[in-house]
Amino acid sequence: MAARLILSMNGVVLQEYALNKERMTIGRKEHNDIVIDNLAVSGEHAAIVTLLNDSFLEDLDSTNGVVVNGMVTKKHFLQNNDLIEIGKYKLKYLNDQHGQSTAADFEKTMVLRAPLHTPASRQAKESPIEVTGKYEAVASPQPLPPAEKAPSSQAKAVAPSQPGPPIGQAPVPQQAKAVTPPQPAPAGNSTVPQQAGAVIQILTGPNAGRELELVKNLTTLGKPGVQVAVLTRRPHGYFITYVEGASYPTVNGKPLDDQPHQLAEHDIIGLAGIKMEFYFKS
Amino acid sequence: MNILQALEIVSQTHPGMVRAHNEDSVVYDASCGLVVLADGMGGYKAGEVASGITVSVMATEIRDALQHHRAADSDAGSGEDLGVVLLRDNVQKANASIYHAAQSQPQYAGMGTTVVAGLFYDNRLAVAHVGDSRMYRLRGETFEPITRDHSLLQEQIDSGMISVADARLSRNKNLVTRAVGIDPEVKAEVHVHQVQVGDIYLLCSDGLNDMVEDDDIGSTLQMLQSNLPLAASQLIQMANDNGGRDNVSLILIKVKGKFAVPSGWLAKFMALFRN
Repeated sequence: MAARLILSMNGVVLQEYALNKERMTIGRKEHNDIVIDNLAVSGEHAAIVTLLNDSFLEDLDSTNGVVVNGMVTKKHFLQNNDLIEIGKYKLKYLNDQHGQSTAADFEKTMVLRAPLHTPASRQAKESPIEVTGKYEAVASPQPLPPAEKAPSSQAKAVAPSQPGPPIGQAPVPQQAKAVTPPQPAPAGNSTVPQQAGAVIQILTGPNAGRELELVKNLTTLGKPGVQVAVLTRRPHGYFITYVEGASYPTVNGKPLDDQPHQLAEHDIIGLAGIKMEFYFKS
Repeated sequence: MNILQALEIVSQTHPGMVRAHNEDSVVYDASCGLVVLADGMGGYKAGEVASGITVSVMATEIRDALQHHRAADSDAGSGEDLGVVLLRDNVQKANASIYHAAQSQPQYAGMGTTVVAGLFYDNRLAVAHVGDSRMYRLRGETFEPITRDHSLLQEQIDSGMISVADARLSRNKNLVTRAVGIDPEVKAEVHVHQVQVGDIYLLCSDGLNDMVEDDDIGSTLQMLQSNLPLAASQLIQMANDNGGRDNVSLILIKVKGKFAVPSGWLAKFMALFRN
């Protein structure tokens, strides 16, 4: 469904507009797509340019300006629930299609086909309006298929694809010696108490007593060239992994291997001759 | 130093946390300095087919061509490096095979793929790409993309319509303006970069850079550069920890030494004085 604008004044809804054109104008004069007959509104006050799922609001040098979410704005990339104010009128922008951050299958990549003779020339100085004009030619041959039609296991989709029967044959064998087999990622279902902050306290050596709070996703410890380990913060806990050095670091006296090792409260890490303790911050 | 010793290459691919299929394909051949990564699209298994065709065509053809020619030589017709011509022509060749397969078999209709490929030769790197699979470079402290996506969003950024900061909010992230196999012809964008010892190059599908911020990718590479396999699995783990909504694949290349091609007796003689 196309994005919409709801026009209201003093809390009374006056009209609803679907943003179904690439460029819609708002103004006092009759020829606008959204006509607001009020003297505080300029003849052509503002325009909304819609490119597929994104809409942009632009002030057309109006006398009294455009306010979005309380701020005077010349140009604005509209987000769901933005409130546009023109004089005493309010326009609410609604775009309740699944945002890319929520829909699980949002990343289906599609191809926007340019006509063959059009090299995608980049005219960096064009005004936004002219640029969208260019896209109309590019994008119009193919309305996007509704996302829910495609099987969700499909990562990328070409817009004009026709679903065919499932293919029984194996994918083309790959040439190389190169492909590392996928490692099953540990699922985030561990029961470790999280996300308490964690700390490393150095127990021996010249820096004994110092504490290091693990605030970053990755923290490296040790001496480059001698022995280095990395501590990673993940959704379900903290892990230590060997990075470099002739021997492996130890946890509670036992040497690590190449795999990440999950740290538990009060584990003692031995690294480059230094002992340190891991604990969660209470 | 020959190229096999000069480069350390690691690759990993993972279906992610949501998808059942992995439609990405990766290949590398350290002996000829070639890396290729493709991210397929199209229903059922067509995406896998398209990306698989691309990596296999490019690997086979370029490997064969380099048996008899050197990538650093200049092409008789265009005067460009042969490496550049090889990348461009073989993206085109992959395009033709995918396009014809899609035309002749209904279940493959509309399949396509992005591709990013690199060929290392003579202290240089030729990079070809189509679509939104990327190549990044870590040099010293600086981590930055060296390809520019062929996507609607990138064109909007270039035209000044949307800021880089706003781009993360866009709902149009998934629209590529160029892909391999969709049309009878495709033009790969090819650039040549000078390589420095210590550089780390990352090729990745959008399953990585959509899920993990560039800054986080860069700092991870920086920290773990002494252990490339660990850096690779760490990056994939970060994409999956952040939701893993797409297949995620990557190739990492570390430049450990120079790999100049000596050309003729004069160059060999001069090389004696260079170091």
